[in-house]
Amino acid sequence: MDKLTIGGALLESRLLIGTGKFPSKKIIPEVIKSSGTQVVTMALRRVDIESQEENILTYIPEDIILLPNTSGARNAEEAVRIARLARAMGCGNWVKIEVISDNKYLLPDNQETIKATQVLAKEGFVVLPYMSPDLMAAKRMEEAGAAAVMPLGAPIGTNRGIRTRELVQILIDEINVPIIVDAGIGKPSDAAEAMEMGAEAVLVNTAIATSADPVKMAEAFSLAVKAGRLAYLSKLGPERQYAQASSPLTGFLNEGEK
Amino acid sequence: MMSFYDCYLEYNDLDFENFFAQVTEADILRILRKNKITEYEFLALLSPVAENLLEDMAQRARQLSLQHFGKAILLFTPMYIANHCVNKCSYCGFNLENDIARKKLSLEEIEREAAAIAETGLRHILVLTGESRKETPLSYIVNAIKILRKYFQSISIEIYPLTEEEYQEVIEAGVDGLTIYQEVYDEKIYDKVHLAGPKKNYKFRLDAPERACKAKMRNVNIGALLGLNEWRREAFFTGLHASYLQNKYPDVEISISLPRIRPHKGVFEDVYLVNDRSLVQIMLATRIFLPYVGITISTRESQRLRDNLIPLGVTKMSAGVSTEVGGHTSATKGDSQFEIADKRNVAEMKEAILAKGYQPVFKNWLQF
Repeated sequence: MDKLTIGGALLESRLLIGTGKFPSKKIIPEVIKSSGTQVVTMALRRVDIESQEENILTYIPEDIILLPNTSGARNAEEAVRIARLARAMGCGNWVKIEVISDNKYLLPDNQETIKATQVLAKEGFVVLPYMSPDLMAAKRMEEAGAAAVMPLGAPIGTNRGIRTRELVQILIDEINVPIIVDAGIGKPSDAAEAMEMGAEAVLVNTAIATSADPVKMAEAFSLAVKAGRLAYLSKLGPERQYAQASSPLTGFLNEGEK
Repeated sequence: MMSFYDCYLEYNDLDFENFFAQVTEADILRILRKNKITEYEFLALLSPVAENLLEDMAQRARQLSLQHFGKAILLFTPMYIANHCVNKCSYCGFNLENDIARKKLSLEEIEREAAAIAETGLRHILVLTGESRKETPLSYIVNAIKILRKYFQSISIEIYPLTEEEYQEVIEAGVDGLTIYQEVYDEKIYDKVHLAGPKKNYKFRLDAPERACKAKMRNVNIGALLGLNEWRREAFFTGLHASYLQNKYPDVEISISLPRIRPHKGVFEDVYLVNDRSLVQIMLATRIFLPYVGITISTRESQRLRDNLIPLGVTKMSAGVSTEVGGHTSATKGDSQFEIADKRNVAEMKEAILAKGYQPVFKNWLQF
């Protein structure tokens, strides 16, 4: 069986989903179901354990692995504090580190993210750092004990696809922990592309949450991720610059010497 | 650049009328296709010509809002803890010369008020006072914040401008947001409408948001009181101010409020009209120029208008509002700052947002 292992958990689904930006929290259980996901991320800052109706956790089934994220953290120290709070609030020991000190493009701060990864991995968290695809930064996260590395395909929320393709490919080739492409995936075909490239999984939020039918869109992503993975496993045929029907330049060699 | 004041001076001599006369509809359509627009393109979106293309602007603004904020509206409510004021501002109900019931909540009253508001599910609060360092010194405000921390996850203040050290002090106490309106960016009009009091100091107020950014405030919300001057100019300077702050302090969440003058005690005659179309144009131009800034619409606006503004780029709305001191619990209340138009309570606002296909968000921060 083709399964993904992260933090000791065996995952059948390679699609992780986010919970922000939905028109209503009530739709989230259905989205989770149709996506087939086993890991769901949510901003700890949005979690309100004092309100049954408003608490996002109410809408996430019990068998799902919670991946609280540190959205709102501006530096490593804040990310660490939010992660500890998440564990104390009963959200488990997985954490997606999100350190953003740029409110304009919401690009992650790799240096601070490395620092937070070091601290939290030592404290026993299953750490998934969200990052800008940079090889040395990814290596340091891996060394620091990250359970997976999550490079962005394009800036958060843009739906622009795998714009960082060359850099993400290098991470896939060089980093030993799973690479999960996070952010920028706008269409199921983008998710399939990341999987064909050899990414171990993808995380999708905006593209599902802001579509006209999030439940169906979640299913579309699920299928695309499966298709992309299957294509990767069956090894894509080689790409060629020209059509192969004939060999205009060297065909004469096949005609025998006369 | 040392202060936003330098930026203000740079553009203040611009011939706005002449600039607007040059703008064509083709310019607007071209601007709407761009990813990132310049200051002058922002001004073009505020032009009379752009008014003919509001629907095109709305489509673009909606797309950018979805990308940056999704289908989510953050709810909060203001809590007036005192209305003593030493300023004479010609447009405000708290004007020193207005004969109104003055009140300052005791710490026990603040706690009761906080509990009543928290009961509605709100987790974000905005604390307001007038400007009186004698009646409501910073120590009083700090004590109020310490009580509010028990009930709310996010505390913003809308009080008199502070020094950088004082902003640090309130942040230490638990504040994560500042709201401060310049009221009017035009320096001459500012001097005219602020008849007396410490608020006459234009520059000290203008630099207050920046001092808060330096003190590491998380959220800074600015705005102009629409109606004190020709709105195209004021909207332009508000956008420039937000852009200046965001560029210089990239980790601060900058927001803009679009308050229009409402009826209040005391008389202010020289109001420049800002109709609904104009308000919408300001909002759309602002969203397109600054896709990442929050936009706040208060209960100064009507129910119908507020509901229709939701898909156009609003990110924060107040609900269950009283602008009276102690308005949520007290039997004897202080008089209000202005009259509100949308009187819906929190539950009603929540339903209205859901009905628009948006998610009401009660909590977007945590005390830690």
